[in-house]
Amino acid sequence: MGPTGDAALDVDDIHMSYGDVKAVAGVSFSVRQGEFFGILGPNGAGKTTTLEIAEGLREPDAGSVRLLGTSPWPRNVAVLPRIGVQLQASAFFEKLSAREQLETFGALYGVGGDRATEMLDLVGLRDKADTRENQLSGGQRQRLSIACALVHDPDIVFLDEPTAGLDPQSRRNLWDVLAEIKGRGKTIVYTTHYLDEAEALCDRVAIMDHGQILALDTPAALVRDLDSATHVVLERDGFAVAEARALPGVDDVVEDEASLTIATRTPAPVLAALAERGALSGLQVRTATLEDVFLELTGREYRA
Amino acid sequence: MTAVDERQRDEATERSRPVAAHPFVSLSRAAFKGFVRDKAAMFFTILFPLMFLVILGLLFGDGGSSQLKLGAVGQGPVLTALERSDAVELVDVASADEAEQQVKAGDLPAYVAQRGDDIRLRFAASDRTQAGTVVGLVRGVVSDANVRATGQPPQFSLDAARVEDESLRPIQFLTPGLLAWAVSMSAVFGAALTLVMWRKNQVLRRLRLAPVRPMTILGARVTVSLGIAVLQGAVFVGVAMLPVFGLRLSGSWWLAIPLLLLGTLSFFAVGMLVGAFAKSEEAATGAANLIVLPMAFLSGAFFPIDQVPQWLQTLSLAFPMRHLNEGMSAVLVRDQGIDAILLPAAILIGFTVVIGFVASRVFRWEDS
Repeated sequence: MGPTGDAALDVDDIHMSYGDVKAVAGVSFSVRQGEFFGILGPNGAGKTTTLEIAEGLREPDAGSVRLLGTSPWPRNVAVLPRIGVQLQASAFFEKLSAREQLETFGALYGVGGDRATEMLDLVGLRDKADTRENQLSGGQRQRLSIACALVHDPDIVFLDEPTAGLDPQSRRNLWDVLAEIKGRGKTIVYTTHYLDEAEALCDRVAIMDHGQILALDTPAALVRDLDSATHVVLERDGFAVAEARALPGVDDVVEDEASLTIATRTPAPVLAALAERGALSGLQVRTATLEDVFLELTGREYRA
Repeated sequence: MTAVDERQRDEATERSRPVAAHPFVSLSRAAFKGFVRDKAAMFFTILFPLMFLVILGLLFGDGGSSQLKLGAVGQGPVLTALERSDAVELVDVASADEAEQQVKAGDLPAYVAQRGDDIRLRFAASDRTQAGTVVGLVRGVVSDANVRATGQPPQFSLDAARVEDESLRPIQFLTPGLLAWAVSMSAVFGAALTLVMWRKNQVLRRLRLAPVRPMTILGARVTVSLGIAVLQGAVFVGVAMLPVFGLRLSGSWWLAIPLLLLGTLSFFAVGMLVGAFAKSEEAATGAANLIVLPMAFLSGAFFPIDQVPQWLQTLSLAFPMRHLNEGMSAVLVRDQGIDAILLPAAILIGFTVVIGFVASRVFRWEDS
């Protein structure tokens, strides 16, 4: 799973400080062509700065970047048509409709008008084509913003927190759009502070905190390596705490007003024993998530 | 670009019909639509200055033709001559005492009393210009009467006539002045606000990541400002020429167009400078106002510049609007030719180059 020869993006030990604040302190990673790569971390972790350096918007204090085989800094006009960028704020021309935004951005790349229609279809904004940007909802703006990043059919797309601040439904809609883009063979580098999202979408995830990458792997491997307990949750009246503790392979039992949670690293015998006792009412099994990985890596609870 | 890249680009273009607009055309169109659809911008560029034209135009409507009133006591050849001169309107007053009261009260600027060969003129000292006019006028009439009384033909004759077809009626100086102000507002505010907004909402950053030259972006926005200035000029002159206002253009009025465009360029440069420093739209608006309003007052946008003290007139030479205003009134209403715009045009180009250079030095793609 390491970097390969045909990397779309190679980031090598980059550093960046703003005054006394070290935003990025030695970050290295490599993204393969066609890969969906997530950079995950809380606000202020250095995700956006890392992305900006990769895009060629900033020059790192130290370290180097190879983007599609060339250096993106200083402004490299040869590579610009091959990259698509969605910025954290929605960068739109004021008072223009969704279609006009796409046409204007498209024209900058020599792309004509029917490509705008195609993009509107891709992000599900066909019926909003003539709506002005300021009358679109947050989710619609994000989708339009992604469409603008894709209008010239780039090889690699950078998305900075595309799902930030969206309601769950819009977030899910956007996941479909992102999956569709990946299906078209694009390389996607994106930042998020939603753990569940990174888990659902990314081929590989880099977990960042305080300007450094703490872990980098597939979501599944990150969780597997964690060696964390599986949590079995039961309705409380079904079972006594003492009885639960006596079951084979149980590490811990926690009780609250509504439920009883059994932590175990060997869920199979525990579940069998519970079934034997007919105590499976309201059963839920929760395995470790990236949230647990984050907790494990940083020693603190994850707050988006 | 490698051959592969070029092929990909070609394919992208191939797939896309209709053919894409040139980035310059596309950006100009975007900026122009943004302007036309912004009701506040439309108001402040077109209607707001027009309101000033209407108000000031009606207020000063017959400014030059109001006659001086003069109290007249008694009768005699001097009073008759004054009456015939048409320069003053005589108001008959019964007695000298009464007339004196009226002058003291400020109801009359002066009165003339004739008793036999004795002419008496009393005037209020408060308005020295008016007092001077009255004294000069009455003295002239008295001298004429004296010469006539000798029965000799006068040795010197005076032939006085106006050079301009009309004295500059208010609308004649208001139109070029207010137009210069209107154009400066839209160009300074337009440039400054676009720059600040595009930096804030990251359009600038997005453009930087597109394969488009900065000069193309700048050129497109400048073109829109020039178009707006021409539109303002057409609306302004059109309204001022309505019979109510009665603007009369002189023969070479079209020479004002290149001047208007050069003025717009220099104001645009000022706006770029403001936009480079301002962090928010509010700051940009404040700073632009702080520059445009004093500049307009000192450059004679609202009243003729020769009414202000000399040192202020000298100071006003530091503003591009002063030169635009002067050049435009020369060709729009003072019936002067191309010679009159050469110096103002050169000065405006100078302003544009110098301010534009400074603005390009302090330009920032993003807030640091």
